[in-house]
Amino acid sequence: MKIDSQTERRIIFIVLFIAVMLPLIFPIGWTSEVSPHVQMTYDMVDNTPEGSVVLLSFDYDPSTATELQPMAISLIEHAWKNNQRVIATALWPMGVKMADAAFQELLLKYPSKESGVDFVNLGYKTGGMVTIQAMGRDMKSVFPTDTKTIPYEDIPLLKTVRSLKDIQFVISLSAGDPGIKQWIMGAHDMFGVKVAGGTTAVSAPGFLPYINSQNQLYGLLGGLKAASEYEQLLGIVGPATVKMDSQSVAHVLILVFIAIGNVKAYKKRNSKKEGK
Amino acid sequence: MVSTMSVLGTWIGVFFTLSIFSFLFKDNPFYKFAEQVFIGLSAGYGLIYLIYNVLIPNLFHKLIFDFSHNVILLIPATLGLMMLLRLIPSLQWLSKYPLAVVIGTAVGISMLRYMQSDFLNQLTATMINPLAGATKVEIVGNFLLIIGTICGIYFFYFSRKKEGIYSVPSRIGIWFLMISFGASFGYTVMARVSLLIGRLDFLLKDWLHIIK
Repeated sequence: MKIDSQTERRIIFIVLFIAVMLPLIFPIGWTSEVSPHVQMTYDMVDNTPEGSVVLLSFDYDPSTATELQPMAISLIEHAWKNNQRVIATALWPMGVKMADAAFQELLLKYPSKESGVDFVNLGYKTGGMVTIQAMGRDMKSVFPTDTKTIPYEDIPLLKTVRSLKDIQFVISLSAGDPGIKQWIMGAHDMFGVKVAGGTTAVSAPGFLPYINSQNQLYGLLGGLKAASEYEQLLGIVGPATVKMDSQSVAHVLILVFIAIGNVKAYKKRNSKKEGK
Repeated sequence: MVSTMSVLGTWIGVFFTLSIFSFLFKDNPFYKFAEQVFIGLSAGYGLIYLIYNVLIPNLFHKLIFDFSHNVILLIPATLGLMMLLRLIPSLQWLSKYPLAVVIGTAVGISMLRYMQSDFLNQLTATMINPLAGATKVEIVGNFLLIIGTICGIYFFYFSRKKEGIYSVPSRIGIWFLMISFGASFGYTVMARVSLLIGRLDFLLKDWLHIIK
């Protein structure tokens, strides 16, 4: 029976749908090894002293929440476990809501954490790298209030924070531009602040060269797999871990499709040669 | 108790998710409708967000309540208004000036930063002692980094015909480039599958309540 290419496409989509859906309903529980770049990020957070102020930049929107939101939740949880205080900022407008959602989810688990003392959401600022440069000089001029319109000087967490130099590390969760690159250029290369990043899998290869002897990046989380590895390091079964079964099954299936496609192409080429 | 608005929101989300997925079968009016609504909503949301979170607090609020300390803001305000003159054909030429300021400033800032971060620091990062690695894997990695960088750059050197011995580093460079493209493709597949997982998770959890 001959199947036309349009029907072939549809069969592939349906099989892929089922392959992704089934592990969500019936989890398999596969585990994966922690990669070095995830371990580096974990170590950076883990080795930061208690009481330190750290900054998470939410440079993404809901379209990439599947990959980046689990990272945000794990990173905040790790910081809170170590009694570090978290400042959230956003270079993307919707990042503000993503930060709020992450804090709200974690407050159910850590009800003693207090807004303004253990965490603060300073909101969105336009400008990308220019904003980061300004933060390196004076944070208050960039964020005169938090998202609840509480003035900067009235927020206890920010009492010791005058500029980016008073922050132990910055982690940018980034789905594009502005994002990690601007933080490397602005915060690390201008002011010497430690920078790590979390990004979508599609963007991850572009940031790998920044993990180098110059320490432009102190660690990188790339995609859902890295998010699940971070959850593994924290010892929790979070949203990324649950979804990794589907990811793994889909990858195996795509490999099978690639193999079938190559066999078909090989056969087609041979039959053409024989035809000549 | 789940609010009516929350349920309605979920159903709207489901409708648009399925409408977009329907394109996989073939192009249809549901897909087109969802696509147009998405574009319109994004543009509308972006505009309103910028007005309330950028223009009002950073410009109007400062000019109205503390004019004497913020006179300088009149310059970007004027440039912004000049940009809008693109809408009037006879005054369209005036919009070129704010555009020139934006481009000039962006290039000036970016050039310095890119030169430092993407050129000097990246170059310095490859100037390492390859034998200084702590493990054998690290030493091999250091050699690969140096060979890959040199051969990769050599591939883009076009001032001499690559024949004989001169073609060897170029061919090695192609291998490094192909491997990096393969890695990028793998990561891209992972990202796209993640998006599908996200939508199916929404359908199964928030809509059908099959999973927790």
